[in-house]
This record gives sequence, C-alpha cells and structure tokens, in this order.
Amino acid sequence: MRKVSRLGHEARLGWSLVAPALSVIALIAIFPLGWTFWESLHLHELRMPWLGKPFVGLANYIEIAKDPRFWAALGHTAFFTVVSISLELMIGLFLALAMNRVFRGRGFVRAAVLVPWAIPTVVAALLWRFIFESQGGIANALLVKAGFLQEPMVWFIQTSTAWVPVILADVWKTTPFVALLLLAGLQNIDLTLYEAAAVDGANAWWQLRHITLPLLKPAILVTLIFRTLDGFRVFDLIYVLTGGGPGTSTEPVALYTFNALLQNLRFGYGSALSVVIFAITFGLALFYVRGLGVRLGGDES
Amino acid sequence: MRSASRPGVQWGNWAFGAALVLLMVFTLFPFYWAFVASLTSDAALFRDPSLWPQHLIFDHYRALFTERDFITPIRNSLIVAGTTTIFCLIVGTLAAYALARIEFRGKAAIMGFILAVTMFPQISIVSPLYLLLRSLHLIDTYPGLIMPYMTFAMPLTVWVLTGSIRQIPKDLEEAAHVDGATRIQSFTRILLPLAVPSLATTGILTFIYCWNEFLFALSFTLGPERQTVPVAIALFRGQYQVPWGEILAAAVVATAPVAAMVLVFQRRIVQGLTAGAVKG
Amino acid sequence: MARIALEHVDKIYPNGYVAARDLSLEASDGELLVLVGPSGSGKSTVLRLMAGLERVSDGVIRIGERDVTDLPPQQRDIAMVFQNYALYPHMTVRDNLGFGLSIRKQAPAVIAERVNAIAASLGLEALLDRKPAQLSGGQRQRVALGRAIVREPLAFLFDEPLSNLDAQLRVETRVELARLHRKLGATMVYVTHDQSEALTLGDRIAVLKEGILQQIATPMELYNHPANKFVAGFIGSPAMNFIEGVIQRTEGAAGRMGMCTFKGIDLTLDVPCDGESHGRVFLGVRPQHIEVSGDGENRPKGEVGVVEPMGNEQIVYVTLSGGDRLVAVAPPQEMIRPGDIVSIRVRPEGVHIFDGETGSRIEPSPYAIER
Repeated sequence: MRKVSRLGHEARLGWSLVAPALSVIALIAIFPLGWTFWESLHLHELRMPWLGKPFVGLANYIEIAKDPRFWAALGHTAFFTVVSISLELMIGLFLALAMNRVFRGRGFVRAAVLVPWAIPTVVAALLWRFIFESQGGIANALLVKAGFLQEPMVWFIQTSTAWVPVILADVWKTTPFVALLLLAGLQNIDLTLYEAAAVDGANAWWQLRHITLPLLKPAILVTLIFRTLDGFRVFDLIYVLTGGGPGTSTEPVALYTFNALLQNLRFGYGSALSVVIFAITFGLALFYVRGLGVRLGGDES
Repeated sequence: MRSASRPGVQWGNWAFGAALVLLMVFTLFPFYWAFVASLTSDAALFRDPSLWPQHLIFDHYRALFTERDFITPIRNSLIVAGTTTIFCLIVGTLAAYALARIEFRGKAAIMGFILAVTMFPQISIVSPLYLLLRSLHLIDTYPGLIMPYMTFAMPLTVWVLTGSIRQIPKDLEEAAHVDGATRIQSFTRILLPLAVPSLATTGILTFIYCWNEFLFALSFTLGPERQTVPVAIALFRGQYQVPWGEILAAAVVATAPVAAMVLVFQRRIVQGLTAGAVKG
Repeated sequence: MARIALEHVDKIYPNGYVAARDLSLEASDGELLVLVGPSGSGKSTVLRLMAGLERVSDGVIRIGERDVTDLPPQQRDIAMVFQNYALYPHMTVRDNLGFGLSIRKQAPAVIAERVNAIAASLGLEALLDRKPAQLSGGQRQRVALGRAIVREPLAFLFDEPLSNLDAQLRVETRVELARLHRKLGATMVYVTHDQSEALTLGDRIAVLKEGILQQIATPMELYNHPANKFVAGFIGSPAMNFIEGVIQRTEGAAGRMGMCTFKGIDLTLDVPCDGESHGRVFLGVRPQHIEVSGDGENRPKGEVGVVEPMGNEQIVYVTLSGGDRLVAVAPPQEMIRPGDIVSIRVRPEGVHIFDGETGSRIEPSPYAIER
C-alpha cells in the first residue's frame, strides 16, 4: 500500500503541474473543435438571423461534396503543397549539406537564411507581390532588360503565372526551416562513417547515396510531415499575394473556409468545411506516422 | 560545434560555391529591394524601377507614423505577443518540468497530444472561437486575441521547453536532493537558473510566432484600433493606388526587430526549433 | 557515522526489468564497502536506492537504526559523489561546496568557515571563485569530494567516481580516497566495475550480477575462495582459466576425505573430494598458478599463441592439443615465443572446482595431486 501511495503522490504532482497548460489547450483548442463539429450539423447564417439555427444533419457535408469550388480549392491546395514542398526539400537538402560543411562565411549563411523564416508571412507575401507587380515590379524590369519578356506582363491576371510568385514566396520563406531540420539530422550522423567509407575508397556520391540519405531519412520524413500539414493550411501567403485570384483559381481550402465564415457569415457551412480540413490534416498525419513510420521526437519514456 | 569538414563531400567546390551564392542572392534580394524601394519616391519607382537607389527620401517612413498611425498596430502586437509569451512561459515551464522530470502514467500520451495540437489547422477552430468571443464581447479586444493565440503558443512552449529541460543533466538535481534540497529547492535553485537560456529561447520563438500570426488577428479584430502589425500592413489601402512605398516602409519596420532578434540569438533559436523535432 | 543496510530489497522497474532481487547486504559503521559487477548488474541502482534517488519495490533500507525506506534523499543525511561529479555549473566552487549547508540554513559565517577548512584540506583554496567549467577533471573530482565531506553526513556513497579520470590520476585519487576513508572513519559505499579498484579499496566487496548478490567478503577471501564461477572469473587479472571436465571418485584411493579424478580433454588431475562430488564440473585455475616450461616429459603440451610482455611478468596464451585454451603468467626471464611447444603444470594449491550446472563452488577446496 505504501508504494502505491508514493507513486500516487508523484503522479498527482505530475498531473497537477501539467493541468494548467493542458486545460488551456483543451479549453481553447479541443473544446472549440467539438463545437465546430456541432456547428457543422446546423444551418447557421449570421446574415440571416431570422432563419434561426436549425439542425440539418449532414446537409452541409453533402453540399460540400457537390461544391465545385471546394473541390477546386482542394486541388489548388494539393498542387501548392506538392510543388512547394518538392522544391523546398531539394533546396533545403542542398542548404543543409552546405551549412554542415566548414567554409568562410558559414555563420553568415546560417543567419541570413533564418531571417526569411522569422519575418511575418504577410510581409514575405508583400515583398514578393511587390517584386512581381506589373507596374514598377523589379521582376518585370529585369526580365525585360534580359530579353526574356517583350514588355512588362501582368503576373496576377493569369492562373498559371499567378502561381509563380506564390510558390517562389513560399520556397523563399520556408526553405530555411526545412534546411534547419535536415541540418539537425545531418549533425546526428557519425562523422567516422564518412571516414570509414573514404578509407574504403567510396567517393562523395556513393557516400551521399549510401550514408547521408539513408541516415537522413527520419529527418526528411519529419520535415515532410511538418511541411505537408503547413501546406494544407496555407492562408496568409495566398490571401495577401493573390487573394485567391484571379477569380478563385488559386484559392486554397483555408481561404475558401475563411471566406465562407467571415465574408459570407455562413457558419454552418464554414464549420463543415473546417471539419473537412481538420479531417484531411488528421488523415495525412496518421498516414505519415502509421504508414511511413515517422518517429517524432519526445516519446522517450 | 564541428571543426572538421566532412571528408568526401567535396563534390565540385566551384559549382557548390556558385549555387550557394545564387541562393544567398535569392534570400537577401527581397530585403534589399524592399529597403531600397521604401526609400524611393512612388513616382520614381513606377517610372523606372532601378536596382540602385537614386535619391533617398524618408517620406514613406514619416507618413507611416504621422498619417497612418502605425504606432497603434505595433503597440497592439507588442501587448498581445508579449502577454501570450509571458503567460505561456509561466504555465509552460511547470508543465515542461513535469513532462521532463516526473515519472507518471499518461506522460507519453500528453506529449503526443501536445504535438498533435501544434499541427492543428487554425482555420478549423475559427468559427467556434468567433462565436465564443462574440458572445463574451471579446471581439476586437486584447484578450480576444491572446486567448486564441494560446492555441498554438502553449503547445509550442511546452514542447520546446520539455525538450530543453530534458537536456539538462538530471544528476544535478539528484545531487541537490542528496545535499538536502527539497523538490522545490532543487527546482528553484538548480534547474531554473540552468534553464534560463532555454526559457529565453523559447520566449523568443513564441514571441515570433505570435508577432507573425495573421488568421486569428484578421478574424477577431474589426478595425485599426486593435489590429496587429501583419493585419495592418496587409490591409493598407491608398486613395488611388496601392501605397507601396508605405507598405514597404512598414514591412521594414515590422521585420527589423524580428530580424535583429534572429541574428543575435541565431544559434539558440536553431537549437530550440530543432530540439525534439529530429532524433537520430 | 552509521551503518547502511539493505534487507530483502527488490527493485523492479515498471517495464519489468529487475535491478535487485531479494538483496540483503550491510556496510557496517566505518566500513568501506565496494559494490562491484559488470554493467547491468544493478550496482548503481543499489547505490541510488541507498541514496533515496530510487524507491525500492519491496524490502527495507536502514541507515543507522533508522528505517529510511520511505524517506526522500534530502532527509537521509547521506552524501553522494556522482560519476560525472554533478557540480552545479552556475555556481562557483565556493557555492558548490556550501550548497548543502546553505540549504540547511546554516549561518553564512559557519558556512564560510567550513568551506574554507575543506577547501584547504583538499587544496582547493585557489579555485574557490571559479566555476566548474574552468576546472580540470581532477579538480572537479576534488570539488565533488569536498561537497560530500563538508556536510559531515552519516555516510558517503560513491558512484564510479574515478571512471572519468585518466589512468595516472585514477591511481592517485584511489590512494587519496583510501587515506580519506581512514582519516574520517566514515561509512562508505563505493560502486565500480573495475575489480582491481574494488580489491585495493574495499574493506569488503559485494559482487553483484543481474541484481543478485553473488558474494560479499573481504578482498582476500573473495580472491582465494570465490563462491561461484562468476565471482572467480570476475575477480583477478588476468581472469581465471576454466577447464570443463568430469569428476569421478577414484575407488580405492583411501584418504582423509576421499580422492577424485578430474578428467578434461587435455588435463587429468587428482583432487581430494567428498562423496557428493561427481559429474560435470569446471576446474578453475588462476593464470598465476599455471607454469609453462620448455621441458617436462609427461606433462600436457600446448602451443603458444601470443605472449604479452608486462615488464615484471609475461602473459602467455596457450592452446592445448585437445583445443582447451589457457592463460598463464610466466616470469619475465623465461624465453617463450609464439609457436613454441610448452608443457603445462597446474600448481595444486591454485585449483578451484565449480559445479558444471550451477557454477557454485564445490567445497572443501580440493588440492590437486599431480600425476
């Protein structure tokens, strides 16, 4: 009995120290999530208060399934996520390998690369929007001067060209984060492995393929999971850069949901969209953790 | 700290250098360009954008603070981000101590839960938070922003702090116990002083995340009175055209403190960011 | 000062790992007890149980006559020197030394006096205002020691305190520790994996394996009468040779207690034994009790594999014709080279017999009779 009470004391102390943080999270993150689901089962139009808030079951979800704008938004989100993450992983891997070497100015590179990560996404989006402005944009000026363009073009009026600044801005802003995660992984690799391989006569390419990449795989997967989930909730960047336009042709799901909620004040439908996004994100995370066996840090005990 | 270069990864030093320089230009150019443009008159900018500054003017910065009252969003951001950070640090330190140092059932589940919440799509809770804040008359108030900010700041703080406390050798506290210290004494006299650098790093990270937040600030404020810096900048409007000069001046102002912090605390921030995220 | 006793202590971790099973041992008042064993033997856990850093699953721990089983470390009034010294990195040497006293709310003047006295006796005066990071390994070690002594605790616990020092410093500190123990007359429990450290330091030595006490005895007793094959192999360097074989009662050999014949692949020896002795056994012989020589007609022969010159002796690795391998210690003047064929003689006084199944010692210790 004695031991039980002693263990009980430790557990009580542990839980009571964790309790404030947990209850904050539960109160403002988990409880609202449940509320979102509850809302999503109702017709709730703040613009039309006379309709009340009738229970409509899965009607909102059925509407989503038939909503072409939602499916388009989902496509945009997936396109954005896949393209930007592919680029970020490639450039990030290069940067990580670079920062892991010793050269003059490495400290400078590491600091410089961190700044885009640290500034507000809104600011990053504005910087790139300004670079790609049709009038006075430096991108046009340089491309015309270099002979790639006949005359200044309007980047944001065509879907295909509107994606260019969006992707560029995301790559610019997020690659540092990717590079840092990968760098942390690289620094966990035992240096003597390279020495052993070099003594055995392996060239640099062989070492990259057979030592670096396999041992970096966990770090790459962790990066992939973080970035995929980030990509699926992209909002700030596109809100500022294109506003989802032209039309709704670059609108991601988060922006569509935001518009449904706070522009059109359709809380029932918007909540249903929120639940769908959450479910997709959750599914993706589950897929990574279960399917690919990503091991996230911290679960040592 | 590694001093030896990785043997064998010497593929094409020349190509490597060139690629790195190119990447650096890509990274730094937008800052340079925004800075130059913020010091150029709108007229000159739209006539013929030039990479090199012609004659510098400070009109945009002056306008920012006289005509636009950019002080208000800065104050709002400082209050909201600062309060959130301090609150999260206090509550988060207790939780992190428990998670790093006390053995109890359910710990792994809590860590998993907290990690899951950090990956939460914010948009999923905008609607209930809006309804909740509206019913509490907290829309367009500071608490109405601080509370939602906890959703991402609290898990982040707990997660990063737990990782860094775990890296402080446990035998220091054990030595203190054997020396006669109670749990509270070993916490306040040994662990806490040693955790100060980690607390600072975590605080900086949390502050940066709060300072940069956009979706909640956009959703839960109504006008310039309570808007934070990102919202204010994003919603800058001119009478006839986009006031790029002022936007860029504002961007420079909003970026400078964060950039300075990052440059000063670079090494610690990198450690904090990657702590626990990647294990061998 | 006070004794420390474990009474039927079990320590089982939640994951099922057993670190101590029905462990009873005692460091009597003023004794230096060494806990020794390979890694995973549970020796460090036992020390942490004594300190109160871990809780027993069952059993009782006493310091003096007081039952401290349920007391947290801070109420046990013991001092511990950690393997990594665990000096508080944010405090000066002075504050490290005084921490325990300041926790006990001693007057600053008293603390200063005690700290200065200890610092003087350990030669730390010049370092008092430094931080641990500015000290060498040996200096840190002494600060850790000083921090333990300054409080005049009931007992001292040492967790492999020398393992982070280089070889020369280790020997010096070992001597210093022995001197300190004599001077303070304090009860000390000392954990190490190094059997030579155990033999030189301990008043008594407790050998642990997988959480179970194998033997607790004085160094000489342990060396001369190991309780089982594990202890015999763990204590002594180079390690004891074990030769597998069978033991059989020799009919007709009348004697004080009967004679048996040990038959290995290469060796046959007559050993005294009692009626119980038969079946599969291990014959244990320390390398110091094996003679190798170039002559010797009727003796078993073997080929020398490797010779390690040690200065005052040489260690010879021999493979016998039947495949048994032996290690022998030969005097330095003996000319032995790899590839030589040598004859083997087992000195009868050095023979131990261990049960082939349980590994436990078969008493009475038999004296081999040469054939």
